[in-house]
Amino acid sequence: MMHLVLTIGFLLVCIGFWGLMTRRDIFRMIISFSLLDTGVHVIMVGIGYVPGGTAPIFDEALAVEQAVGKVVDPIPSALVLTAIVIGLAVTALMLSFAIRLHASKGSLTVDELKELKW
Amino acid sequence: MMRRVIVVIALATIAFGFFPLATQIGELSGLTGIATHYVEQGAAELGAANLVTSVVVSYRGLDTLGEVLVLFTATTGVTTLLTAKKSKSVTQNEEEKSVRREGSELLATGAAFLFPLLVLFGIYIFMNGHLTPGGGFQGGVVLASAFLLLLFSDCRMQLNHVLLKRAEAFSGAAYVAVGLLGLWLAGGFLDPRFLPAGEFGQLFSAGAIPLIYILVGIKVGSELTGIIDSMRGCSR
Repeated sequence: MMHLVLTIGFLLVCIGFWGLMTRRDIFRMIISFSLLDTGVHVIMVGIGYVPGGTAPIFDEALAVEQAVGKVVDPIPSALVLTAIVIGLAVTALMLSFAIRLHASKGSLTVDELKELKW
Repeated sequence: MMRRVIVVIALATIAFGFFPLATQIGELSGLTGIATHYVEQGAAELGAANLVTSVVVSYRGLDTLGEVLVLFTATTGVTTLLTAKKSKSVTQNEEEKSVRREGSELLATGAAFLFPLLVLFGIYIFMNGHLTPGGGFQGGVVLASAFLLLLFSDCRMQLNHVLLKRAEAFSGAAYVAVGLLGLWLAGGFLDPRFLPAGEFGQLFSAGAIPLIYILVGIKVGSELTGIIDSMRGCSR
């Protein structure tokens, strides 16, 4: 089960890298970056999974005393929670760069942006 | 051709580097050391029913502060990038704005119906972040989605930027202030135990954790609303 999750995350990371390297259109590169991002999140959550574990939230069904062994690791969940919001903000920043580039160059293809090429 | 070979080689290298992830990492047989401590002692130490919230807000509170800072920087970047040029092409923008299609009747009615519910739901999520799944970030995003719907339905609507900025600045400053209060009155920076722990599992419990999450929710909500607004401002 966990290997399935890790493999899916790993595949998403690879697809993201592939897209970043082969696509020339900025929007597609941003989409690839989001895929890469999602893959990393899936991997992180997958690593924190404990077989048969439930969400680390105490209520009637989960008493504090017997929680160890019944819950998944809360730390990766906490890290991914913040990483998702960061990913959203970074995607918004990339999109606004794309909008500005399109406004000044009239193109979204990276091949036509030669100023920083070496 | 050359480029394709390089891409294949690079991908193969990355895949090789990540390969142990898919094969060698076994399932955890139990929690790791620090996680065991959080699970065993977290409820007694902080009094929050949601352990993820305890980790986000208190145990790793400094990380969360840094994350809020990243969010703030990204928002500043988006706003700077998208509003810098506005003054030059105001007339052009005005013309384009008049051409923009109105939101449909369905969208307008739906948005008007959903807006209060979404705001309420967002506030509910971040107020109950220490009890149920959710918290400041998720609640803030729900709040921003309410404003997104509203802006979709009426393209001429102007948000009150002063209020947005004030809300953002106030919540950010208050977040740091609560952290410093923890340093002064309790065990350390962002330690929520300077307020009474309350009864476990109730709304008013877990010390300052609900307070911090409310501030984070307001901050995330106003920042994302600002991003949405500035992106809309420059669209055709």
